[in-house]
Amino acid sequence: MEKDNPMTSETTPGDGVQKLHFYQKGTFTVGNRLVSSDERSVQSSIDRSNALTCGHRACQGCGEALGARYAIDTAMEAAGGNLIAVNATGCLEVFTTPYPESAWQLPWLHSLFGNAAAVATGVAAAMRVKGRREVRVVAQGGDGGTTDIGLQCLSGMFERNDDVLYICYDNEGYMNTGVQRSSATPPAARTATTPVLGDEPGNVFGTGKSVPKIAVAHEIPYVATATVADLRDLEAKVKKAMSIHGARYIQIDVPCPLGWGAASHETIHLARLAVETGFYPIFEAEHGRVTSVRKIRHQVPVTEYLKLQKRFAHLFKGDKVDPRVARLQARCDANIAEYGLLDAA
Amino acid sequence: MEHPYAITLDVGTSLANHTGSWRTKRPVYVDRLPPCNAACPAGENIQAWLFRAESGDYEAAWRKLTENNPLPAIMGRVCYHPCQGACNRGEVDEAVGINSVERFLGDEALKQGWGFDKPETESGKRVLIVGAGPSGLSAAYHLRRLGHQVTIKEAGPLPGGMMRFGIPKYRLPREIIDGEVKRITDMGVAIEYGVKVDDIAETMREGRFDAAFLAVGAHIAKRAYIPAGAAARVLDAVSVLHSMEDGEKPMLGRRVVVYGGGNTALDVARTAKRLGAEEAVIVYRRTRDKMPAHDFELEEALQEGVLVKWLSTIRNVEEGEITVERMELDASGFPQPTGEIETLATDSVVLALGQDVDLSLLDNVPGLEIDKGVVKVGPNMMTGAPGIFAGGDMVPSERTVTVAVGHGKKAARHIDAWLRGETYEPAEKHELASFDKLNTWYYDDAPRTIQPVLADVRRTSTFEEVVGGLDETNALYEARRCLSCGNCFECDNCYGVCPDNSVIKLGPGNRFKFNYDYCKGCGVCAAECPCGAIQMVPEAI
Ligand SMILES: Cc1cc2nc3c(=O)[nH]c(=O)nc-3n(C[C@H](O)[C@H](O)[C@H](O)COP(=O)(O)OP(=O)(O)OC[C@H]3O[C@@H](n4cnc5c(N)ncnc54)[C@H](O)[C@@H]3O)c2cc1C
Ligand SMILES: Cc1ncc(C[n+]2csc(CCOP(=O)(O)OP(=O)(O)O)c2C)c(N)n1
Ligand code: SF4
Ligand SMILES: [Mg+2]
Repeated sequence: MEKDNPMTSETTPGDGVQKLHFYQKGTFTVGNRLVSSDERSVQSSIDRSNALTCGHRACQGCGEALGARYAIDTAMEAAGGNLIAVNATGCLEVFTTPYPESAWQLPWLHSLFGNAAAVATGVAAAMRVKGRREVRVVAQGGDGGTTDIGLQCLSGMFERNDDVLYICYDNEGYMNTGVQRSSATPPAARTATTPVLGDEPGNVFGTGKSVPKIAVAHEIPYVATATVADLRDLEAKVKKAMSIHGARYIQIDVPCPLGWGAASHETIHLARLAVETGFYPIFEAEHGRVTSVRKIRHQVPVTEYLKLQKRFAHLFKGDKVDPRVARLQARCDANIAEYGLLDAA
Repeated sequence: MEHPYAITLDVGTSLANHTGSWRTKRPVYVDRLPPCNAACPAGENIQAWLFRAESGDYEAAWRKLTENNPLPAIMGRVCYHPCQGACNRGEVDEAVGINSVERFLGDEALKQGWGFDKPETESGKRVLIVGAGPSGLSAAYHLRRLGHQVTIKEAGPLPGGMMRFGIPKYRLPREIIDGEVKRITDMGVAIEYGVKVDDIAETMREGRFDAAFLAVGAHIAKRAYIPAGAAARVLDAVSVLHSMEDGEKPMLGRRVVVYGGGNTALDVARTAKRLGAEEAVIVYRRTRDKMPAHDFELEEALQEGVLVKWLSTIRNVEEGEITVERMELDASGFPQPTGEIETLATDSVVLALGQDVDLSLLDNVPGLEIDKGVVKVGPNMMTGAPGIFAGGDMVPSERTVTVAVGHGKKAARHIDAWLRGETYEPAEKHELASFDKLNTWYYDDAPRTIQPVLADVRRTSTFEEVVGGLDETNALYEARRCLSCGNCFECDNCYGVCPDNSVIKLGPGNRFKFNYDYCKGCGVCAAECPCGAIQMVPEAI
């Protein structure tokens, strides 16, 4: 027995903490008591800044509130607390800051609906002029404020390579004003302006745009998509973006229980399914080239994602399968092929 | 405060806004019962000791384990580990190798010399235990921990019961038994060897014992009527295995037939092989799937060259040969004779047909009830005679070491209460942490560590231990495969995923608490808790 066990009792309890590289219960969770503190996520720390604190008025299970705290806490840590946020109009602004109350615990400016990128550019210029190089600037907004009305300012910020990290919280619609369609709303989804009527109920196929791709086309230093379903990946991306100067863009998939017609506890589950179906490709690009993708871990058919959301309920009425489910699956398959989201079996 | 133009209100924090009032359901932290714990006949808190082992604190793990079972090094070798059959990880990839980690901890304890504390206070009560098998030893340990004076009277020369005189040493080396028993005697438990109790009432009176726990096991080999010639060599399994331990090795010959299909039959056949038999054939009247022995035991025997004649009964034994009849299973699965006969050459026949209990020590006890050859006990392990408790193989049970150990513990708790004129009420069981309570997304894929197996050649010629142990790296790895079903392992998920920042982290070892002032009751924490340690309960509205 003795000679077969050369390892035995060479480690003390303290060593056990770091000895193995493989942590059964730490690879995907927020924290892990067995890894050293510098390997832990920002969110697992008692000292996280809670840049977006309690008492805000977001709905139960709001993915945007969660995504914003994930992202801004990470940026705060990366900037050593020297961070200014500029916020476009939208849910994130309204639920956090119904004047005179605010849930933000950092210097925070409300711009207009469409000009957050331009205002942030201005803040960054002001800091440069004042010689405050250590102060970093983020701009943030919803998908409406980013992909639609804000695109012109955003493109200018990209093209000039202004030193701003722009974060888009994509909940696939104008949620703050009552769930209208945006150019980030997926096909077939029901919104207030794409009702379940006529021969193409819900949002029509063949419309919309991908701002991450538009950002990549600007060849800016850093572009990434992320999700509230993968905190570690999200934090790594924000951290990386913060290590770079110049124009950076991160778009985070943030499910909206109210707008999507989903149970409040499903928020992270839905975001996870969006990744695992290929519906929402998660990737990174630098200077115009895709540099990494987040692979699908356990692939699932798109129906599993759609069925949990009332905005797609009309696809599952009656007993025959709506042909548009296949078209949505084809979209997922195209993403999988384009980004190489599956490892070869 | 002076306000700027057009501003009328002071700015303030959102903390003034108690969003907790929106809630219709509240999350609460719970501890659910892990399926392994629920399945353990010895009532071990497996999840809890694995949790400690995961951080490399093996001594804490071992201490947690031995709160319920004082024999982990033995257990880690001979337990049939029903815990692993119930393990939720089995539905993810493969069950956690609980048994192998238990063995690692047990061996580590022996190597490091970890011992048990003596009780802090003495109750002054005297308890008699009859039999130093696993059940008696377990009861002794638990009673001693509770402060009672314990004396074990044992008929044999050494402790362990069937663990020593039944289970062969290639499965359970004797120094392991000695080491684990010594820890119990070091606590102040007295064992008197070579003392056969033949009148329990008398022995109790004489020794002024306040209570007794009987654990005499089942040692009388069952016989079946088989016509045998005068020169035929027919032995029984229990005596064969027993004689392996006290001196004279049994003479079995070159060709040995073993009759029966339980673990005892396999142990005898494997022992015969090790004693030099060229052929060891098990004759069993039913099929492999009906065999009471475990499949892995059969597999190990087959690997060592043991042969099995399925669907066969022995009709007749003569010198040098037996007559065997082929059987057929009927519709209800019972073997029926076919009349097809064949002969097999053999030097000896060993009967392994089960054991009966020697109940003679109970002859003068009023109130005692015997049913089908075993002693009846109540849910508190007490026989019909007040103050006399019993457990292990002599009471209705599955007859395993683990069950025997569990009986010993249970009896000890009831005896302790009984001695104080009270009744012992076990704590209410938590709700089961069934697989549907888990969110397995958060666990990484990881196959089970396979224990090294002695090279086949070595194991048929020697009595060296067959199955090897884990070393520290793979024991740690194996422990970390545990999903921690139903019990918080401080992964920080709830703390991270709350959109309302309403989970308060209390720091290492102290878990978390909810801030109900702001928790809106969305349920994301409960949905994303990997191990099912959060429950959503409706608010009283
Ligand atoms: C060959 C074989 C292999 C087995 N393998 C396994 C296995 O791998 N795993 C497993 O879980 N179980 C196994 N078992 C079953 C297991 O050994 C028993 O279930 C267990 O030992 C029962 O424990 P016990 O304390 O009730 O009785 P025992 O272990 O039988 O101990 C009873 C003790 O009481 C003593 N005694 C008896 N009468 C008196 C008396 N009148 N006065 C004083 N002392 C007395 C005996 O000498 C003995 O020491 C096996 C059994 C056999 C026969
Ligand atoms: C110029 C202008 N047009 C319209 C509005 C009204 N408005 C406020 S928020 C909003 C929708 C915001 O949608 P999005 O940017 O996707 O953010 P979300 O609320 O979904 O997070 C609209 C249309 C406005 N404030 N300003
Ligand atoms: S995973 Fe761990 S807690 Fe769950 S049943 Fe298996 S050993 Fe027990
Ligand atoms: Mg939106």
